[in-house]
Amino acid sequence: MSSNNAVTETSSAIGVVEGESLYDVDHPAPVIEAPRQRTNKTPKATRGNFEMAAWLFMRLSGVVLVVLVIGHLLIQLVLDGGVSKIGFAFVAGRWASPFWQVWDLLMLWLAMLHGANGLRTIINDYAERANTRLWLKGLLYTATVFTILLGSLVIFTFDPNIR
Amino acid sequence: MATPTMDKLEALEADSASSHLIAVTFRIRRFNPEVSADASWEDFRIDIDPKERVLDALHKIKWDVDGTLTFRRSCAHGICGSDAMRINGRNRLACKTLIKDIVSFDKSGAVSKPVTIEAIKGLTVLKDLIVDMDPFFQAYRDVMPFLVTTGNEPTRERLQSAEDRERFDDTTKCILCAACTSSCPVFWNDGQYFGPAAIVNAHRFIFDSRDEAGEQRLEILNDKDGVWRCRTTFNCTDACPRGIEVTKAIQEVKRALITRRF
Repeated sequence: MSSNNAVTETSSAIGVVEGESLYDVDHPAPVIEAPRQRTNKTPKATRGNFEMAAWLFMRLSGVVLVVLVIGHLLIQLVLDGGVSKIGFAFVAGRWASPFWQVWDLLMLWLAMLHGANGLRTIINDYAERANTRLWLKGLLYTATVFTILLGSLVIFTFDPNIR
Repeated sequence: MATPTMDKLEALEADSASSHLIAVTFRIRRFNPEVSADASWEDFRIDIDPKERVLDALHKIKWDVDGTLTFRRSCAHGICGSDAMRINGRNRLACKTLIKDIVSFDKSGAVSKPVTIEAIKGLTVLKDLIVDMDPFFQAYRDVMPFLVTTGNEPTRERLQSAEDRERFDDTTKCILCAACTSSCPVFWNDGQYFGPAAIVNAHRFIFDSRDEAGEQRLEILNDKDGVWRCRTTFNCTDACPRGIEVTKAIQEVKRALITRRF
């Protein structure tokens, strides 16, 4: 800023002693604004219960996931020989029963949606710029949809006689 | 005959007058956009009575040491809510915080650490400890913090039972100092969030049996920047100088939204 030469005579004694300050009363430095401030132009309330549904889903799916995941870990890693028993035959045997198919499908969907919603709130909390939010969420939703579809496809079309 | 006694007394008085003072360093976050674009810490070492408050120390600095120190205060008795600041990393009212409660002493009895004072976080700093409160009050206005009724005005008071009054008693204590909202990590990163103070003041009317716009306020707080952004970190409850159970009030609004009962 070279324009403050004109006002040096009128500026008060606030400035620094050595060297000329870039800023004075007529040319204050920009203040550091807090991210995404609320103004009277902030979008007004929109009808819809999505945020409430998402919040409730986190609590309920969390409770169900505790049972599903701990059961899954016990069966896969601890009980009856532990991790050494797992192989193609073990998985094929389990998925022959609709009960384990539903169990795994439920676990896949709940865990993916629970995790995706958690990451969505983290992105909302931490990404300050609208563009960053857009891209991160786009990436998140793409990855979520891809994983859920691929997992569901495998569970439904699993062929134990594959060679 | 009396003179020696008087001397003794005077000496005793003079002694006690200075001995109860302790030397405390106040490390204050200074910012003056008319001088520099950067904020910086500045130390002030003053002798002060440990029974005095941080606000007294700030007065002492402003009046006797450096007149350019800028901060807000009005009533100085914890009612107006204008001197919320971050003292030793915690949001408090400078007029309700005693020096003796925040300084720590080393083995020799001297004060071991400086007391840090900075502006509350999440709002734009305008100068030294003064922040722009407009976004904070905008959120407050957006929850309609006033009694809404329909029908003819009654000819006498709007009566309320003691139990109905008790329902929202805690949230009537709010003095709008912004200590809670500016201690909220969600608010630090996203000022669009209503913040604890606005929700507390919505709670005060939502659970008021005389008010008829509870449904409307719940709808406002049901939005994406409303109560569902609360992460239950309890920073607001810890920060509140009035002892309001802020997080509990937010949870009650959440429950009212789910059950539609309030």
